[in-house]
Amino acid sequence: MKKNSIFPALLILLSVFASAVWASEAEDNYKNFCWQCHGMTGNGMGVNVQDMSVQPRDHTSAKSMGGRSDADLFKVIKEGGLAIDKSVLMPPWGGTFSDEEIHDLVTYLRKLCQCR
Amino acid sequence: MKHFVLIASLMATGSALATDGDAILEQRCAGCHALSGPAAQSVPELWKRKGPDLFYAGSKYKDNWLEKWLVKPRRIRPAGYHYVQHIKPGKKRDMVDMSTLTPHPVLSAEDAEDVAEALMKRKAPADLITKGDFKGGSISASFGEMVFSTFNGCMACHEIEPNFGGLSGPEVYTAAKRMQEDYLVSYIRNPQAWNPKTPMPNKHTAEQNIQKIVRYLQALAKENWDEKK
Repeated sequence: MKKNSIFPALLILLSVFASAVWASEAEDNYKNFCWQCHGMTGNGMGVNVQDMSVQPRDHTSAKSMGGRSDADLFKVIKEGGLAIDKSVLMPPWGGTFSDEEIHDLVTYLRKLCQCR
Repeated sequence: MKHFVLIASLMATGSALATDGDAILEQRCAGCHALSGPAAQSVPELWKRKGPDLFYAGSKYKDNWLEKWLVKPRRIRPAGYHYVQHIKPGKKRDMVDMSTLTPHPVLSAEDAEDVAEALMKRKAPADLITKGDFKGGSISASFGEMVFSTFNGCMACHEIEPNFGGLSGPEVYTAAKRMQEDYLVSYIRNPQAWNPKTPMPNKHTAEQNIQKIVRYLQALAKENWDEKK
């Protein structure tokens, strides 16, 4: 009986630990790949924007992110801006990320915009 | 006496080795550059590397460029390697934090020759690069410019002339001076095959358009940018 109560507790601990690892991987991925255009705070004002013809999206704005479904966000990360009729300047990252990593990035974006 | 001669000759061999390109690489370059593979397999591992990997330098760089550059190095990546460690929030947008950028060490002409020779021996695995992959010939460079900037948006991250273009990637106006065309073709085709965590995406560019981009890079590299700066 004691054993049975320890296992669920261990499972919960393990899943908390695993989700922390996934969150930090998503954050590392966001920094490494997204910061260059979307900026260190995600406000769309990255180090590259000065000579860009189209402004990168502000990920901290609930207004500009709220209109996008999770499926849209997944698609635009994987296949690039053209896949959702947006700018070619947003490249496809399907060659870089696994689907799981893209799902984690979508979750990370939702935290940045604090929107659904 | 015999022993003395033996020791003296061993010491002489040792000092000769110290001036050899491989020894200089180990002593002066290994702190920032990976001299053996594999490429970084995770983002934190990539951030620990302070310069580009050199274990396939012989398949990447042009020999004569390497030798000249090592004597008179100039910045290739406006935001350093890796850009994440050299930017700071600015008033309007993120800025390059120049105070964190350090100039590349300068080598003597003799050392540069030795190092370039040693680097050129470090080749990529045969399945990554194909001799003659860049076809050259009469491909249009101006169409390549359209592919590069308009269709692919590469200038979002790369400068196509001094102070024009993105800052996170290496400038491309001297790319074809620095790098072998076959490497450029292979890298553009699949950047992750070379460096899984590179901030450069695979744009799934059609083969004929990769050829045009490299032709465009060749045309860019012919201009005398030092004079125009």
